[in-house]
Amino acid sequence: MRFFILLLIMLLPVETFALDATDIMKKSQEAFLYQGKDFKARVMMKLISKGGQERVREMTMLRKNYGASGGEQKYFMYFFQPADVKDMTFMVYKFPAKDDDRWLFIPAINMVRRIAAQDKSSSFVGSDFTYEDISGRDIEDDTHSIAKEEKIGARDCYVIKSAPKAQDADYSYKLSWIDKVNFLPLKEEYYDKKGELNRVFTADEVKDVKGFPTVTKRAMKNLLSGHRTEVTFTKTDYNIGVEDSLFSERFLKQPPKKWVE
Amino acid sequence: MRSRQRLAVCSQLRRSTFIVCALCSVFYALSVSYAAASETSIHGFLQGNYSADLDMSNPDGGDFKWAEERMQLKLDTNKEPFRLFFKTDAYYDHVDEKTDLEMREGYVDFTSSKWDLRIGRQVITWGVGDLVFINDVFPKDYEAFFSGRPMEYLKKGVDGIKIGVYPSSVSAEVIVIPFFEPNVYPQGNRFYMFDPMPLVTNREEREPSGSLDNTETAFRIYRDIAGFDTSVYFYKGFYRQTSMLPDSMSSPTKIDLFYPELSVYGASTQGRALDGVLSIEAGYYDSRQDENGTDPMIPNSQSKNLFGYQRQIWEDFTAGLQYYCEYMHDYSDYERNVPSGFPQENKLHQLTSVRLTQLLMHQTLKLSLFSFYSPSDGDYLLNPEIKYNFSDNIWAAIGGNIFGGGDEWSQFGQFEKNDNLYAQMRYEF
Repeated sequence: MRFFILLLIMLLPVETFALDATDIMKKSQEAFLYQGKDFKARVMMKLISKGGQERVREMTMLRKNYGASGGEQKYFMYFFQPADVKDMTFMVYKFPAKDDDRWLFIPAINMVRRIAAQDKSSSFVGSDFTYEDISGRDIEDDTHSIAKEEKIGARDCYVIKSAPKAQDADYSYKLSWIDKVNFLPLKEEYYDKKGELNRVFTADEVKDVKGFPTVTKRAMKNLLSGHRTEVTFTKTDYNIGVEDSLFSERFLKQPPKKWVE
Repeated sequence: MRSRQRLAVCSQLRRSTFIVCALCSVFYALSVSYAAASETSIHGFLQGNYSADLDMSNPDGGDFKWAEERMQLKLDTNKEPFRLFFKTDAYYDHVDEKTDLEMREGYVDFTSSKWDLRIGRQVITWGVGDLVFINDVFPKDYEAFFSGRPMEYLKKGVDGIKIGVYPSSVSAEVIVIPFFEPNVYPQGNRFYMFDPMPLVTNREEREPSGSLDNTETAFRIYRDIAGFDTSVYFYKGFYRQTSMLPDSMSSPTKIDLFYPELSVYGASTQGRALDGVLSIEAGYYDSRQDENGTDPMIPNSQSKNLFGYQRQIWEDFTAGLQYYCEYMHDYSDYERNVPSGFPQENKLHQLTSVRLTQLLMHQTLKLSLFSFYSPSDGDYLLNPEIKYNFSDNIWAAIGGNIFGGGDEWSQFGQFEKNDNLYAQMRYEF
């Protein structure tokens, strides 16, 4: 028995180190963007300029997974604020290895329109978050390595360095502080092509929702422009049985109240 | 004289104020009665919209194509499975010096799991074109577009019934429109336009009567095919532009303006291809009142085709290209019968468009350019615009409509003297 415990103790760190950087990033993406079969949140985004001027984006976001973690997902977003985008809906079919399909519904002319979506590093609704920050970047697009281990507050983290394999990203590398216990990214630093720290992501509040640790407050700050975006998730829920039919033109035009409230 | 005008305006204002108050009371009563079990919201905007001539004054001497202050109220109340929606505008038009109310939309929805129903005034948008309409056979306001009004005013609502059916394999929409609604074209007091018979001022317009026979029907069936949103369409109704019927070809004294019968059979598809979005649309316009193409006063049957491609070139910059063509069937019959002195249309009318959009400053500043150019007619329209969001509630846009090229009767060439610079400002609540 004592021998067994000793063996276990010897194996434990080996087991831990057996997780390579790519595995950690996969687990992190799973924890951050793929938990549950589906997910719902009321999202409040505050876009804050260097001078302190605030703009607000408020929406309900619904997400459903299709296949394994890192695989296909569908997103449905309904906007409450600001007034000029109220009642707009936005839908994304996210594919891991090819460009997303995106649709936008413009209520004033009752029109559903496909949107060209090639540049995933474009800003999401004018915020400091890119489309990739919202729905995740393909793990295979970067080379990952463990840079160090460090604490964020009381949480032990892996610090992973990810460098794009191609010249398709707007950063030369990214450092991610990944919580060793729940694998959520607690902090990310994006370094631009000159190697200067450009954007910083922080997970400012993590709550347990139906057993899933969930980042309910997050921020992205652009250090060069001084502009930042603060995001709060409320009414968060998992495994609520979002039907496939939601992700359709019919419901883009007439979003069902039970899902978007 | 001036004070009389002012009195008239005041009385109009009083009447409109009364109507707005009455409408608000109805809104209020509705919202109170629904408040217990439903959700009600009231939103809207205040807007100023001015468009000044760049080249020369209007035919009636005025210098503004459009000048108005407008308030829109949107009332939305939900009590599942029902929804009630009203969108009403009250405005003062400085060019025609009138105050008026306009019901933009007003309908009741009923939603079931596999089908839904919408009854009332509603905006319907079909097809995949960007300002090019083949299977979108529903009424448009081209005067709004050419006068520099916000894009939503290009579309007009129709009073009708829409039934949507959504079984798992395909979706379908049926639209029934009992009362004909024509397109709005620029008016002679504000716009210089081509008129083949300018001396005949005795004109009478006849809209199709609201009979069962004249009820328009439109049908669309659609589904995803290999990642492409694909639709098939059918429409039976009328052209929304008038045709002229003079009492005599040689020495006309009176012109009847009427809306010929039309059926449209069409299809469209749109999906991701070539690192962008590809759009294809086609339609056969069956001119039912001129099957042989021998009546020069009624449009001949045509095939209309559209190819579109849009792509994001760099961050927040998108480019869209379109090629559109109209092929006239029975062209030799048309050529034989076109009266002398009338401009002759091409067998193949072609139109290209470019749309460039750049968003800047966290998407608060939008620079855009839309242009039409017709390779067959040689005329063009340029519409550059700058829009800035001062805050979440206030935005303003300035832009221009520049026309030219072609002939004095061609689509954009005829508007050559109507170049205008417009400003739009909106406070949204």
